[in-house]
Amino acid sequence: MTEKKIRVLVAKPGLDGHDRGAKVVARALRDAGMEVIYTGLRQTPEMIAEAALQEDVDVVGLSILSGAHMALAPRILELLKANGQESVRVFIGGIIPDEDMPRLKEMGITGIYGPGASTEDIIRDVREAVK
Amino acid sequence: MSLTESILAGNRLALARLLTQVENDRPEGRAALVELFPHTGRAHLIGVTGAPGTGKSSLVNQLALYYRRNQDKRIAIIAVDPSSPFTGGAVLGDRVRMRDLAGDAGIFIRSMASRGSVGGIAQATASIAQVFDAAGFEIIIIETVGTGQSEVDVARLAHTTIVVEAPGMGDDIQAIKAGILEIADILVINKADRPGVENTERALRSTLELAHPTKRITRHHGKDMEVSSPKLANEHKLMWIPPIQKTISTEGKGFEELVEAITRHVQYLHKSGDWLARDRARLETELEMALQEMLVQRFKETVQKEKYDEVLVQVMNRNISPYEAVDALLAGTPEQTMDQRSQEQ
Repeated sequence: MTEKKIRVLVAKPGLDGHDRGAKVVARALRDAGMEVIYTGLRQTPEMIAEAALQEDVDVVGLSILSGAHMALAPRILELLKANGQESVRVFIGGIIPDEDMPRLKEMGITGIYGPGASTEDIIRDVREAVK
Repeated sequence: MSLTESILAGNRLALARLLTQVENDRPEGRAALVELFPHTGRAHLIGVTGAPGTGKSSLVNQLALYYRRNQDKRIAIIAVDPSSPFTGGAVLGDRVRMRDLAGDAGIFIRSMASRGSVGGIAQATASIAQVFDAAGFEIIIIETVGTGQSEVDVARLAHTTIVVEAPGMGDDIQAIKAGILEIADILVINKADRPGVENTERALRSTLELAHPTKRITRHHGKDMEVSSPKLANEHKLMWIPPIQKTISTEGKGFEELVEAITRHVQYLHKSGDWLARDRARLETELEMALQEMLVQRFKETVQKEKYDEVLVQVMNRNISPYEAVDALLAGTPEQTMDQRSQEQ
C-alpha cells in the first residue's frame, strides 16, 4: 500500500500573466514531497474547478495578482462546492489588501500569502490543513 | 448507490476519487477493480511516448480535440510525469498544454506521478486505465514521462504506441539503437515546421527498413541488385510497418492523417489477431504479478519474524547464501541447513 500523497492544484485564474510566484510555490511543495498539478496561466474558475475534480486534489492554491480576488475566489469556492468538493482547502497567494483578508477567510479561504511569505509557512499550513 | 455503480453511471467525482484509491493501492480501490473488471476490455489504449520536449502533451491535446470533433468518442487521458527520487514530490505539468480540452464533459484528464517506476509509466497506470475503460471511455490516451531510450513499458499496456520525435533530436545512430523506436506502431515527427525535418524522416525511414526487412531492389554499380529479406518465423503473418506521420501540434496540422494511421493500426490488430494476443499478454502479466504478490504475502504470514531475522543474520555473517536462506525459509528449518553444512565440513 502506498502512503497517501498530498495532491495540490496550483492555478492562476484571471488575466495577469505573472506566474513566477506560482512556480516557486509549486516547486517548494514538490520539494516537500507533494504532487503538484500545475495548470498554467489564465484559467477560468470553471477550468480550475474541473481540474480540481478530475485530479481529486486535497488543496487548491490560487495565484492572483490582478486584484480580481474578490470576484474569483468566491466563484471558485462555489464551483468546488457544487461539484461535491467542499472538503478541498483553498489557499491564495498574491497581492491581497489587508482589508479583504477577513472576508476571504470568512468565505472559506484557508490561507492567504502576500509577497515575502516563506514557503516553509505555506508547506506547514498545507500539511496542517489536510490532516 | 455503490461506488462501482456510480462509476458505471458516469459520476465524475466518484470516478476521480476511485482513481486516487486505485493509485494509492487502497483496499477500497482493489475491491472496486474486482467489481469493474467485467466491464473492461472495450477501450482502445493509445500510448504516446518520446523524449522530453518533443511535444507529447501538445500532440495529445490535438489528438483528443480531433477525436472529439470528428468521432464523438469519450476520451480519457492519463498523463504521467516523473516523481522526485529524493523527496517523492512531483510537478505534473501536462495539463498546461491541454487547456483546449477544458469544459468538455466527454474528456477526463488525470495526471499521475511516476512514483519510483522507471519504465515511463507508473505502477498503477494499468489499473487506472482499467477504471477508465470500465467507466465507458472509448479511447484512453496514456502519455508517458519524457523518455530516454529504454522506457518501453507503455508498449506492453497500449494497443497502439505512438513514438513522438522532433527534428534535430538525434542522428541516424540514435535511430538504430535498440529501445524506444522498436516499440513504435506509429512514428510521429512533431514540430514538422522546424528545419531538419527531412533528415529526421530519412533517419527514421532507414531504421524502419532495417527493422522490417522486405525484398528491395537497389542499383549497385549500374546493375539491379536484389536484396532478399531474411526468412522470418512468422512470415505468413500480416506485417505492420510503422508509418511515419508529420504533425505540427501548435497549429493542429497532420492530425487527420495521424488518426487515419491509428484507425488502420486498429484494423490491422483485429485482422492479424494481435489485439487478442496483446490483451492476453497484458492480462497474463497482471495475473503473474498478482500471483507473485499473493504468494509472497502468504509466505510472509506463515514464517515467523524471529526465524526470518535469524536467517538474515546468518546471511549477513556469510554462513549461508541468500539462495540457501530462501531454501531454509521455505523448508521452515534454517537449523537443518546449518547442521548439514557443519557435517560437510
